[in-house]
Amino acid sequence: MGIIKKLPVFLEKVPGGGIVTTSLDYIFSQSQASSLWYLLFGTACCAIELMATGASRYDFDRLGMIFRASPRQSDLIIAAGTITKKMAPRLRLLYDQMAEPRYVIAMGGCTVKGGPFYYDSYAVEKGIDHIVPVDVYIPGCPPRPESLLEGCLTLQKKVKRLKMQDWS
Amino acid sequence: MELAGIFKYFYELLVSTGLPQVWVDIIAMVAAAVIIFGFLAVCALFLVWWERKVSAHIQQRFGPMRTGWHGWRQTIADAIKLIQKEDITPMTADRAVFYWAPIMCFVAAFAVYVVMPFGDGLIVSDLNVGILYVVAITSFTIISLLMAGWGSNNKYALLGGMRSAAQVVSYEIPMVVTICSVVLFVGSLSMVDIVQSQAQIYQWYIFRLPFGPIAFIIYIITGTAETNRTPFDLPEAEQELVAGFNVEYSGMKFAMFFLAEFVNMFTVSAIGTTLFLGGWQGPFLPSWMWFLGKTLVLVFILMWFRWTYPRLRVDQLMEFSWKFLLPLSFANLILAGLMKYSGWFNW
Repeated sequence: MGIIKKLPVFLEKVPGGGIVTTSLDYIFSQSQASSLWYLLFGTACCAIELMATGASRYDFDRLGMIFRASPRQSDLIIAAGTITKKMAPRLRLLYDQMAEPRYVIAMGGCTVKGGPFYYDSYAVEKGIDHIVPVDVYIPGCPPRPESLLEGCLTLQKKVKRLKMQDWS
Repeated sequence: MELAGIFKYFYELLVSTGLPQVWVDIIAMVAAAVIIFGFLAVCALFLVWWERKVSAHIQQRFGPMRTGWHGWRQTIADAIKLIQKEDITPMTADRAVFYWAPIMCFVAAFAVYVVMPFGDGLIVSDLNVGILYVVAITSFTIISLLMAGWGSNNKYALLGGMRSAAQVVSYEIPMVVTICSVVLFVGSLSMVDIVQSQAQIYQWYIFRLPFGPIAFIIYIITGTAETNRTPFDLPEAEQELVAGFNVEYSGMKFAMFFLAEFVNMFTVSAIGTTLFLGGWQGPFLPSWMWFLGKTLVLVFILMWFRWTYPRLRVDQLMEFSWKFLLPLSFANLILAGLMKYSGWFNW
């Protein structure tokens, strides 16, 4: 694998190699961005909005996003709903089981900063960025499907900036 | 425009170079393998996209829209993404079995196409045991699913693999008995002979009343079960087993299972076309177009099943096969024998 990882660096030095790497970067990042499969993971009321976004009126599949039940095959956790202290290790486990590259969207007030109703509860994790790295935060209680779609488009923008040199 | 002539031209060009016959055969077979591999890869990519569009329109959605015109690049994007994903082997997995299961599944799905009559003269090898070969090779899929279930060392994967094996074995029997009833009429196992015995539309086996339509319906039901699709998709029931036998597979290995599943769906439809719908026979259009058209209609019917029916329970599934389909298919075989012997509808 060492050779493959160094290949973009070699290609950059060859005359005309820059064209190859940039167009490959474009293809790879575009295709990653347009097929973000999300994990079936919903813990509270935000999951209802997540399901609504997947169904007829809003339709996640337009963006190429379909759900996978197994974390091995998904690229994205949409953490929909309150994460309690007891659920937190499970979320971390699911995140660790996912294959790289993986992304996290924190959906709703509870996952962003503990939420408007549970902010003083001893049982609720105050923001899932204590547990997993978060790419996009979507506030709201729960956020409407439009804002979830906006969050997914924002994540797509982030993924499209990815370059081969960033591979680890 | 018949494709057989073009291939024949290239073959004769190869012969005229004066190479020894062994080398001519080897080059021709490798070329045929590459062509079929390419065709099936494109076909599987198309079918995945089509399934997503069909499912979306059945549920009043649009399906993929952003990736190219009506999302036509969607499955290409999916494939490129899956190549980039990390390839995970669980620590407790049986490494060799885990590694070989998707390859086995892929090979079993592709090897059937040696005897597939794509058109008039468009067949790689007209084996005299054609349909028997198809039945034998498609059974290899079960072994690969069991390997995937056992090798991942995961309870959901194991349950999925076991369920899948039980289901495929029990639905294979009515399917083979039904195929037997057609073979009984043809008097040959060769795929080309089966197609040529249906030259006119009234000779298609689906129209040979009363045995034909029953045999066709049994075939379609068992074919749906063989490919593990929805009324019978217990092996990958998402509510009970996370994703079935491929729970632990990620990246390209998962993509191979996925592509093999869609190739299997195409295989079931193509065999159905050959046995019951007259294969490549048809007026005006070239033969390969007729074959593809009929096959895609059957594929659409399988997709239609998938997105309109709920899932059966395990006991219902087994009862349906052993208590209903098996007796019916045997009765149908006897009926076909009587028809053949007495000469009704023996055009």
